Amino acid sequence: MLEISGRLPGTIDEARRSMEICNACRYCEGFCPVFPAMELRRAFSDSDLTYLANLCHNCKGCYHACQYAPPHEWGINLPRTFAELRAETYEDHAWPAGFGRVFRRNGFWVSMVTALSLGLVMVLTMALQEEATLYGNHRGPGAFYAVIPYGVMVTLGGLTFGWAAVAMALGAWSFWRAAGGGPVRWAALKAALADAGRTRHLGGGGDGCNDVDEGFTPARRHLHLATMWGFLLCFAATSAATVMDHILGWQAPYSWYSLPVMLGTIGGIGLVAGTAGLFAIKFKTDRAPEATHHWGMDLGLLGLLHFTALTGLALLFFRHTSAMGMLLAIHLGFVLALFVTLPYGKMVHGLYRLLALMRHHNEQP
Amino acid sequence: MDAADRPYDVLVAGGGNAALTAAITAAERGAKVLVAEAAPKAMRGGNSRHTRNLRTAHEAPTDVLTESYLVEEYLDDLIRVTGGKTNEHLARITIEESAQMPAWMHERGVRFQRALGGTLSLGRTNPFFLGGGKALMNAYYRTAERLGVDVIYDAEVTGLEIEDGHFTAARLRHRGFETRIEARAFIAAAGGFQANLDWMEEAWGPGARNFIIRGTPYAKGTVLRLLLDEGFEAVSEADQCHAIALDARGPKFDGGISTRLDAVPFSIVVNREAERFYDEGEDFWPKRYAIWGRLVAKQPDQIAYAIIDAKAEDLFLPPLYPPMRAETIEGLAEALGLDPAKLRATVDAYNAACMADGPFDTTIHDGRATSGLTPDKTNWARPINRPPFIGFPLRPGITFTYLGVKVTEDAAAVIGGKPASNIYAAGEIMAGNVLGQGYLAGIGMTIGSVFGRRAGQGAARHAGN
Ligand SMILES: Cc1cc2nc3c(=O)[nH]c(=O)nc-3n(C[C@H](O)[C@H](O)[C@H](O)COP(=O)(O)OP(=O)(O)OC[C@H]3O[C@@H](n4cnc5c(N)ncnc54)[C@H](O)[C@@H]3O)c2cc1C
Ligand code: SF4
Ligand code: SF4
Repeated sequence: MLEISGRLPGTIDEARRSMEICNACRYCEGFCPVFPAMELRRAFSDSDLTYLANLCHNCKGCYHACQYAPPHEWGINLPRTFAELRAETYEDHAWPAGFGRVFRRNGFWVSMVTALSLGLVMVLTMALQEEATLYGNHRGPGAFYAVIPYGVMVTLGGLTFGWAAVAMALGAWSFWRAAGGGPVRWAALKAALADAGRTRHLGGGGDGCNDVDEGFTPARRHLHLATMWGFLLCFAATSAATVMDHILGWQAPYSWYSLPVMLGTIGGIGLVAGTAGLFAIKFKTDRAPEATHHWGMDLGLLGLLHFTALTGLALLFFRHTSAMGMLLAIHLGFVLALFVTLPYGKMVHGLYRLLALMRHHNEQP
Repeated sequence: MDAADRPYDVLVAGGGNAALTAAITAAERGAKVLVAEAAPKAMRGGNSRHTRNLRTAHEAPTDVLTESYLVEEYLDDLIRVTGGKTNEHLARITIEESAQMPAWMHERGVRFQRALGGTLSLGRTNPFFLGGGKALMNAYYRTAERLGVDVIYDAEVTGLEIEDGHFTAARLRHRGFETRIEARAFIAAAGGFQANLDWMEEAWGPGARNFIIRGTPYAKGTVLRLLLDEGFEAVSEADQCHAIALDARGPKFDGGISTRLDAVPFSIVVNREAERFYDEGEDFWPKRYAIWGRLVAKQPDQIAYAIIDAKAEDLFLPPLYPPMRAETIEGLAEALGLDPAKLRATVDAYNAACMADGPFDTTIHDGRATSGLTPDKTNWARPINRPPFIGFPLRPGITFTYLGVKVTEDAAAVIGGKPASNIYAAGEIMAGNVLGQGYLAGIGMTIGSVFGRRAGQGAARHAGN
């Protein structure tokens, strides 16, 4: 049933029931910002719940500490309930509206898109390029464009990324309004960015999250930091390369000591290690507080980031060999899939979390 | 003989705060310890899993406590609430040692909350556990595991082999099977008997069937009964307990903190006959909530109703269950199953008696009292006249019972006027030594912690570690 409908009946009601019990209990108030935000309220509208669910960082502290967790008759399981509600948020605020349905079977869709774009890039490259070009040894400025023409790369990249940026911005605006965000204030944004930048609330009140069981470890926080900063560094690398290439006219590939390569190398290593570690935690973790039917979404993004980074690093190391052509095609296939799925996959969590933090700083006395 | 085959030095009956504190202490002294917890793993930790803080003395502000709370003040508080029914020697030991507990607990994985926005503002006297008592119990179980303590769940101690006050073995029902376990020392940390409704009925009469048990359903007093039957000396009385008034719609067991209701000081509370029976505004709620369980227990059918109007609704923590509402007093009476005319008469009499003026202020004893009622309401009395009218049903919620075994300062259980050679008690099962009646918020965990440590030390010493 779940597989097909993907949306649980009454998730929002379950979240409301949980918050009402928590608000009468409040034992978890030291774990994260959800509880102080909850304590400002006596009743919970749908909008409040959307906001609170996205404020939850899924540290699971409040599950393992909960005196009412299953098998208690109240069966409180906040991390799972909130994860389910977040998935609904992602669906509800996706742009254009109908596209939100991909969040119901997100793992499937992300894999499909990845397979398609890999196939597309590789087939096109093989079909359009001479074998000699594809498996040739290219060096010096413009080597990459020998394999994939400049125009194709810029058009595809620009279109997909531009679309993603517009879709995510519209989603963010829709979420902000639905979560009752209020005026956008610089101080709140700054505070939210500071929280997000060091994933403060994966600290679970000091000693980290309940990554695997009721023990607290900082592993998930560190791995998430590596992933997030790895991604941002890679993004910075790409931006730097774009400027150097298309504006300054210095054609890729660049030397080991150039800005894009250095940023990309560090970021890529962070991404590969971070995503692998997060994957390993998922493998070991106690599943009770997990919304396992949404794991496809989590694993989809982890996998995509992992292989994008891995193929990027491989390209860097083997760019002077005859493997470069194929590696470039594979890497760009992953990049294309990443761009296409950005607004329709787990990546949106970062945006909504940031906005929820902003709202939190807006309202916290 | 290798460690695995070595017989146990210490058997601990129970799986809450007192039991784990004792087990950890004994294991740190090299003893081989077995903890037998009656509950399954998911529900381990007894009443302790529902707690939120303990009361500790301290001379100066700490990272988790403000100002100071000196031993003498603490002792005065205890003597006041118990009406002197406390063993002052043991009380002093408890209070003096309480000062060491936060650090001791922290070293064993327990974390405390720093800032606090909660209900009872006890930041001066009580440090709060981050995540509450279940988080505390999780930390203790992990520490015990690390120290090599064996824990069996679903394991109820059902029999004790004791000769001349000397323990040799216990019988257990473990997942439905009977087993026998020998050990050199025994620690009874199995809580009170409040979940044993037959025993509660013996103490309270048939009304006990209407009580709600706030904590674990596994506290049936089996070990307490075994020890008393064996001739160990008792302290306190079977009907002494900590009992609060809570929402009558809560679960029979394990409802914990969430079904409490803080409306009383801003309400009138009536019984089944729609009559008031006690001064609702006697003192601040944190100082009075623990008498209302007993008050309601003494009313017919063990039920009462707190009634407020729209003015008072936001003055207390949001209640778990939505209250009954009506536009008229008569309508509310009907919703609550009370006689409308009688409730009308009670409310009218009360409203007419709300003569005091001066500002209504919930942060002080505002002295807005009624005059001429029996009983009068002495603070926060305002007419109940702005609809909607709101009502909550109340029942006695039993936290834990005080009848226990007498202990020495080493936590040794007393038999025939002498400490038993290898039997110790800690926690609710001996709390009556310090707490003959009344209650001081957070002292339950303090007693369990202090005597848990002492029991662990004594048992390890006896076992030759
Ligand atoms: C809702 C609630 C909130 C509370 N809040 C606080 C608070 O904030 N601060 C405070 O100081 N006190 C509080 N108390 C009181 C507090 O719970 C007790 O004082 C304290 O936890 C007692 O610890 P204990 O180890 O003696 O008993 P428990 O924690 O109840 O442990 C008894 C254990 O013995 C086990 N057991 C019972 N019979 C057997 C048997 N025959 N064989 C084996 N095992 C057995 C039970 O399963 C249980 O694990 C609260 C109580 C409740 C119900
Ligand atoms: S998660 Fe459980 S223990 Fe924590 S505040 Fe909510 S109800 Fe209380
Ligand atoms: S899982 Fe962690 S972040 Fe989410 S509500 Fe619970 S304590 Fe807060």
